[in-house]
Amino acid sequence: MKKDINIDVHHLTRVEGHGNIKVNIKSGKVEECTWQVPEAPRFFESMVRGRHYSEVARITSRICGICSVGHTLASVKASEAALGIKNTTQTTKLRSLLKHAENFDSHVLHVYFLVAPDLFGAPSVFPLIPTHTEIVKRALRLKRLGHEWGSLIGGRTTHPTTVVPGGFTKLPTAEDLKALKEKLVAAVPDLTATVETVLSVAGKVPAFERQTEYMALSSDEEYGMYDGQIQTIMPDGKKQRYPVSDYKKVTNEWVSPNSTAKYCKNKMESYMAGALARVNNNIGQLHPEALKIAEMFGFKAPCFNPYMNSVAQLIEVAHSAYEGLRLIDELLATGLKEEGLVAPTKFAKGAGATEVPRGILYHEYEYDNDGMCVKANCIIPTNQNHANIQKDFDKLVPELLAADKSEDEMRLALEMLVRSYDPCISCSAHYLDVEFVS
Amino acid sequence: MSKPKVGFFDFASCEGCQIELTNYGDAAFVELLNHIDIVEFREAMTETAEHLTIACIEGSFTREADRGRLENIRERSDIVIAYGACASTAGVNALKNHQKDFRKDVYGEDRNMPHLYSNDRAVPISEVIKVDYNVYGCPMDKYEFLDIVSHLVHGKEPVIPNHPVCIECKHNETICRYFEGDHCLGPVARAGCRAPCPADGIPCEACRGFVDNPNEEAMEKVLIKKGKLPEARAKHKSRIFTAFCRSDA
Repeated sequence: MKKDINIDVHHLTRVEGHGNIKVNIKSGKVEECTWQVPEAPRFFESMVRGRHYSEVARITSRICGICSVGHTLASVKASEAALGIKNTTQTTKLRSLLKHAENFDSHVLHVYFLVAPDLFGAPSVFPLIPTHTEIVKRALRLKRLGHEWGSLIGGRTTHPTTVVPGGFTKLPTAEDLKALKEKLVAAVPDLTATVETVLSVAGKVPAFERQTEYMALSSDEEYGMYDGQIQTIMPDGKKQRYPVSDYKKVTNEWVSPNSTAKYCKNKMESYMAGALARVNNNIGQLHPEALKIAEMFGFKAPCFNPYMNSVAQLIEVAHSAYEGLRLIDELLATGLKEEGLVAPTKFAKGAGATEVPRGILYHEYEYDNDGMCVKANCIIPTNQNHANIQKDFDKLVPELLAADKSEDEMRLALEMLVRSYDPCISCSAHYLDVEFVS
Repeated sequence: MSKPKVGFFDFASCEGCQIELTNYGDAAFVELLNHIDIVEFREAMTETAEHLTIACIEGSFTREADRGRLENIRERSDIVIAYGACASTAGVNALKNHQKDFRKDVYGEDRNMPHLYSNDRAVPISEVIKVDYNVYGCPMDKYEFLDIVSHLVHGKEPVIPNHPVCIECKHNETICRYFEGDHCLGPVARAGCRAPCPADGIPCEACRGFVDNPNEEAMEKVLIKKGKLPEARAKHKSRIFTAFCRSDA
């Protein structure tokens, strides 16, 4: 059938919050098919110039309210690299525990509140409150747990307070950690029920594949989250590692004439960051309980279906919960000590990376001899995924057309694809005003 | 007031204040929904509404293209709440307002591309539309928000604090940052957050803006004398969250 289709999604502003989908099909021929992110720039890299190193993470955390823990951690890591600060083991463990809290918290939010409505055929979570009361309450309980967990270590989850270059300004008590452990153990039935809920609607996850490169932090010691080197896995399974200081060589930001958002690429035309990229790179280091979930969904790495990112998030929710328990036990075994902050040993330039829920995040700063920032650069996962989303669109739209999908089905498939990346734009994708002309 | 219809909207911001809504837990959030109907919330739902009793707007006004959307929200809402620091005081977005070269610094040769357009200054939404109430803070305090909504639902005027954060530290018995060899903006910062930052060992950065009529000159002197900040740093100290509140804004 020679269809005419015109999808024009507009009126979207920030890179974290809004995106555009434009598809124009005339007589069955795809004339335009673009993913755009028109961004209301906030100029954070310029804002931090002239600010003291103790203030920088407090400012750059405000880049994103959903992954502000990750921005804080990437920022202090970059500052510490620039200032020659080597952290204590206790600081690294506490930060790792905080990182898992954010991963848990954000993935629960995404899977339950942003993805699940699609799988249950609802426009949002609110109509599900009367029909699926227990599921919504479970979602809110788990979200609250992630929030309490992160707040205990970071002071709060939206813009943490206690995380500064050189350590922590306040430590949890052993009693706090024991109470948190009890809460995590008590949440296991909710986690099991979550897996069952998602399994019950897993048939709604579209079957679509496109081979691409996946980038994530990787380490010999553990599944890359808080720390590690940059690693990519190619479609043939070949992996390569790069030092974090080489982040510009693997991100290669460039401006596409077809899109307003900056694109990134490494070896291939695009790459993917996020939960799927992490699991694809480091599946062997997942906690056994997380691996069990992967098996239940038939997940095999490398998985080339971007829609499976939500399943990868679910796998990571379990991994973070069990890693959290392990870290709490280790911290309790050694005991928490007031250590003070490690002082700078130099003032230079340095980069830091961490895994935020939606992918690998890079910060880089340069400081003058007074400890004031003179130059900053941040590359957020959302930007790294734009080119990959575009390449998915290029393959998916002709496939949907060939399968003679209805307009509603095509719209939903495109919205769900964008949402599956959880690039802080998943939320805005619910706002997409998609118009078909047939 | 009959069960109010509430909407959430966002402009230039991190959306963290909206995320705070998901952190009440199951009991408190479901209870909240017994008293308000959330009818529009782009970050979480597809549904929209024609009329709103209360519109909560997060984010600063940073470009002319957003003016129409703000005016439209105002037109269809009985009450507009500036929700969080970016909306109520321009917050961190105003930190680059005094810089002349911020476009060049971030975008270099690409800075004149039309989609990168931005006004010279980020401003609170009250510069564009009438705002009835402010929920200050970065992030906003989710319990203060409940308190304000509760007042409105019961037809009462919410009380927004206009005393400095120092009072809350005294109340908490938090040791003053200045006694710890640090600095702090508590003496001029608007309270209402219950002062979590000094209690966590970091200075108050006045994310809720200034109290009315702050003595900025005295604050600068305290930062230099007691906080041991170099003069240049003391002069710019309060820009992080209160650049738009400063007398030189």
